[in-house]
Amino acid sequence: MSAGQVALVATLAVPAVGASVVAALPSRADRAARLVGTVAAAVTLVVSAALYRPGDGGWFSFGPNPPAIRPWHDLDVSWASGLDLRFHLGVDGISYPLVVLTALLTLLCCGYTLWHVPDPGRGRLLTALLLAIEVGILGTFLALDLVLFFVFFEVVLLPMYAVIAVWGGPDRRHAARKFVLYTLLGSVLLLVGVFTVVSAAGTGDIVALTAANPLSRGTQLAAFTLLALGLAVKAPLWPLHTWLPDAHTEAPTVGSVILAGVLLKMGTYGLIRVAVGVAPEGARWAAPVVGSLAVAAIIVGSLVCLAQRELKRLIAYSSVGHMGFVMLGIATLTATGLQAALIGNVAHGIITGLLFFLAGAVKDRAHTGLLDDLGGLRERAPGLAGVLGFAAIASLGLPGLAGFWGEAFAVVGSLRRGGPLWSTLAAIAALGGALTAAYFLRLLRRVSHGPASPVVAAMPAGLARPELASWGPLVLLALAVGLVPALVLGMAHDPVQALTEVVNR
Amino acid sequence: MVQSIDHVALLPAYLAAGTAVLVLLADLFTGRAVLPVAALGAAATAAGAWLVGTGADRATFCVRDGCSYLADGTGGLVAVLFALLTLGVLVLSAPLLRSGAVPVGEYCFLLACAMTGGVVLGYAGDLIILIVALETLTLPLYVLVGLRRRTVESAEGAVTFFVVSVVATTVTLLGAALLYALTGTVQLSALAARLGERTELRDVPLAAAAVVLILAGLAFKVAAVPFHAWAPAAYDGAPVPVAAYLSTASKLGGVVAILYVAVTGLRPWLDVAGPVLAALAVLTMTVGNLVALRQRRMVRLLAWSSVAQAGYILAPLGAFATADGRTGEALAVAAAATVAYTVFYVILELAAFGSVVALRPFAGDGGEIDEYRGAARRAPWVGGAFVLALVGLAGLPPGLAGLFAKVVVVRSLLDGGAGWLAIVVAVNAVVGLAYYVRVAALLFGVASAPRSRVPWAVAGALAVTTLVALVVGFAPQLVLDAADLVATR
Repeated sequence: MSAGQVALVATLAVPAVGASVVAALPSRADRAARLVGTVAAAVTLVVSAALYRPGDGGWFSFGPNPPAIRPWHDLDVSWASGLDLRFHLGVDGISYPLVVLTALLTLLCCGYTLWHVPDPGRGRLLTALLLAIEVGILGTFLALDLVLFFVFFEVVLLPMYAVIAVWGGPDRRHAARKFVLYTLLGSVLLLVGVFTVVSAAGTGDIVALTAANPLSRGTQLAAFTLLALGLAVKAPLWPLHTWLPDAHTEAPTVGSVILAGVLLKMGTYGLIRVAVGVAPEGARWAAPVVGSLAVAAIIVGSLVCLAQRELKRLIAYSSVGHMGFVMLGIATLTATGLQAALIGNVAHGIITGLLFFLAGAVKDRAHTGLLDDLGGLRERAPGLAGVLGFAAIASLGLPGLAGFWGEAFAVVGSLRRGGPLWSTLAAIAALGGALTAAYFLRLLRRVSHGPASPVVAAMPAGLARPELASWGPLVLLALAVGLVPALVLGMAHDPVQALTEVVNR
Repeated sequence: MVQSIDHVALLPAYLAAGTAVLVLLADLFTGRAVLPVAALGAAATAAGAWLVGTGADRATFCVRDGCSYLADGTGGLVAVLFALLTLGVLVLSAPLLRSGAVPVGEYCFLLACAMTGGVVLGYAGDLIILIVALETLTLPLYVLVGLRRRTVESAEGAVTFFVVSVVATTVTLLGAALLYALTGTVQLSALAARLGERTELRDVPLAAAAVVLILAGLAFKVAAVPFHAWAPAAYDGAPVPVAAYLSTASKLGGVVAILYVAVTGLRPWLDVAGPVLAALAVLTMTVGNLVALRQRRMVRLLAWSSVAQAGYILAPLGAFATADGRTGEALAVAAAATVAYTVFYVILELAAFGSVVALRPFAGDGGEIDEYRGAARRAPWVGGAFVLALVGLAGLPPGLAGLFAKVVVVRSLLDGGAGWLAIVVAVNAVVGLAYYVRVAALLFGVASAPRSRVPWAVAGALAVTTLVALVVGFAPQLVLDAADLVATR
C-alpha cells in the first residue's frame, strides 16, 4: 500500500476507532473520553489534510481520452462481489475541500463539546456520535464506488438522529423522527437509483461509469431521476426541504453545525459526483426542472426568512436558500456553475457552521432565540455581536467574503447557459440574492441594534476562550476563501473541466 | 422392487430424530440433564448435516421419476441452519425451563421433533416429503405455543395457530393433489419437466388454481398477508423463546418450501406463480409495517415486523411476474436473494428475541413496550445488542447485516426488471424504520431501575448471535455464497 492509500484508510479508520474507544470508556472518565475524541478528530484533520496532492503531471498522459475522474490517491479492494460492492476510495479536487472541511468542523465541534456539553450531559457519547457521523460523511466524500457511496450515506443517519433526539431542544423527538424518516426516504430512493445503474452497467465503479457512460438514454433518465430525488432530500431542494428547519432548530449547537456545515453537502456533492457524472444525459434532460426548483428554493427560503421570528430557524431557512444557489450552479451543467456550486458548498459550510455556533451562543446566554425578545446585543456583548455581524454579512454574499463567489457565479453560470429559461432563472436568483441581504440585515437590526432588551441585558458579556477557539478558524477561513477563492477553485478546475466535457459530450 | 437406501444421506435426519428420542428417554429415566442432551443432539445434527453436505451429493428413495430425498449442499445448508436455530432457542430457553413454568422434558422433546421436521424439509425432493416435513416442523409448535401454564393468552394463541395452520395444510395438500392429478408425479424435478413438456396442461381447468392453492397454503407458514392473522396471537401467547423459534425456524421452513415448490417444481409455470408471489410480497410488507406502527406490546410488534419481513423475503420471487425475471440467470439471482435475505433475517431476529428474553423475567411474556424504557441503561450490553438487531431489521448501519439484506433484495429486483417492486420495498423500509427507531429510542430513555443480571446461558447465546450478525455484516459475501449454493439446486 502506498502512503496515499494508508492516508485514505486512516482518514476513515481514525475517527471510527476514536468513536469506539470514546464510547467504550466508562462514564466516570467522561472528560478524558471527550479529550480522546477531540484528539482523534485532530488526527483525522491532519491525516485528511495530508491527502493533498494536486497537479499530478501524469493525468494527461493517459492517452487521448483521459478518465473524467483522476483521483490523487486511489484504493480499490473488493468487499462483497455478490453485491458489486468494492471498497474503492479516492480523493480529488472536487472532494478534497469538503473532506478537509468535514474534518475541521468535526474537530471544532468536538473541541466545543470538551468545553460545553448540552443537557442531558454524557458528553462522551455525543463526541462518539460526532466521530461516527464524521466517518459516514468522509466516507461519502471519498467513495468512488456507487454501492459504497450508498453505504456511507446511510451511516450518518442514526447517529445524527441520536444527536438530535437526545441533546436537542424541547421538540427534539418530533424533529429527530422527521429528520430520520425523510432522509431515509431519500436514501432508499438513492439505493434504487444506485442499483438501476449497477444492474444496467454491471459495475458500480464511479470512475469507470463517468469515463465510459455505458448506460442507455432510458436508464439514464430513470437513474438520474431516482438519484437526484434521493440526493435532493438530503441537500435539501425545495419542496423536499421540510425536515430541515425542524432538525436544525431542535438540534444542539454542534449538531446544527455538522448538519448545516457538511451533512447537507453530501447531497450536493453526490449530485455532482454521482448523479451528473454517471447519468449525464439524464442530467441534461432534468436540468431545467432542477434549476427551476433551485430558484424557487432561493425565493421561498428568502421570503420565509424575512418573516421568521426565531434565530436558529431563520438560519436554518437561510440554508434552504443558499443550497438553492448551489443547486442552481449544478443545474447549469457549465464549468462556471459547477465551480460556483463547489465553492458555494464550502462557503456555506464555513459560514453557516459559524452562524449556528453563534446562534447557539446567543441562545445559551439569553435562553431564548425569539427575535422579539432579543435586541441591543451590540450594547451588551460587542464581541459576540461583532462576530455575528461578520458571519451574517459573509452569508449574504458581500464581495471579499466566502459567500460571494458561490452566489455570484451561480447567477453568472446560469446567464452563460443562455436562452430565455436560464436568463430568467438568473434574474430571479439575483433577486433572491437581494432578498438574502434584506433578511440578514433585518436579523442584525433586530438582534444587534437598538436598546438592549431585558434578556440581553441580563446575559453575560464576555466570550469564553473555547468559543473563540472554535469560531476563530471559521472566521479566518471565511476571509481566506473570500479573498483567495483559488484556494478551492484552483484544485477543482481540472476535475470540473473534465466533468463538463463528459456532460456535454 | 427393492430399494437400496443410502443411510449416510439420512444421517442428519437420524441424528435429529435420535435427539428427540434420547430427550424423551433422558426425561423418563433420569429427569435431569434433558436440556444438555437436547443441545448436544442439536449440535450433533448440525455437525452431521455439515459433514454430509460438504461431501458428494447423495440421494435416496429413488424411483423412475427421480429421488425423493436429496442430500446435496442445499439440503445440508438448510439442515445446518435448522439445527443451529434449534440450538440457539434451546439455550435461550434455559432460564425459562429452570423456572419451572413449562415442563422441561416435553419442551425439549417437542423442539427436537420440530428440528427433525426442519432437517428433513431441507432434503425434500418431492411434494409429499415436503409437506410431511413441514407438518412435523409445525405440529410440535402448536403444543409449545400453549405450553405456558395457566395463561389464557397462551391457550388462545395455540388454538388460533392450530386451526389456521391445519386449514393451511389442507389447502396445500389440495394444491399438491391437483398438481398430481395434472402431471401424475409428486417429484419436484419431474413435475417441472412434465409441466414444461406438456403445455396443453395450462388449459386444464383448475390448473392455475393448483398453483395458487399450494402457494397460498405455504404462505401461511411464512405468515404472509392475507394468511398472517395467526402470527401475532400465537407469538404473544407463546413463551418468548418459542416465539423466537416461530419467527425464525418456522418461517425459514415456509421459505424453503416455497422456494422448492415455486422455483424447482413450478419453474415452467412461473408466469402463473410470479404475480401471486408479487401480490403476496407487496401486501405482506405493507400491511405488516403499517400495523406494526400501532403495536403496544413488544412481542406483537416483533410479530408484525416479522410479517413485514416475510414480505421482503418473498419480494425477490415477485420478480418472476415479469418475463425478464424468469430467465435462467435472473431466476437464480432472485432465489439466491430470497435465501440470503432469510439468512440475514433469522440471525437478526434471533438476536432481537434473545434480547427480549434477556431483558424480561424468565417465565414472563414479552410485556408492554413501555416496560422496556431505559432497558439499555440497566443492561448496556444487552441493550446494545437489541438496538443492533432492531436497526439491522430496519436495514440501517450499524446493523450492516440488515442493510446488505435490503441491498440484496433491491438489487435482485432491479436485475429482474421489477423496478416498481424495488420502490415498494424501499418505501416500506422507511415505514419500518418508524417503529424500529421508536423502540430503540425507548431503550435509552430515562428510567430508575437497578441493573439486572442476565443468565449466562442467555448472555452467551445472545453474544454469539450478535457476533455472527456483526461478522456477516462486514463480510456479507459469506452469506451470499451460501445463498448461491441453495439457489442453484
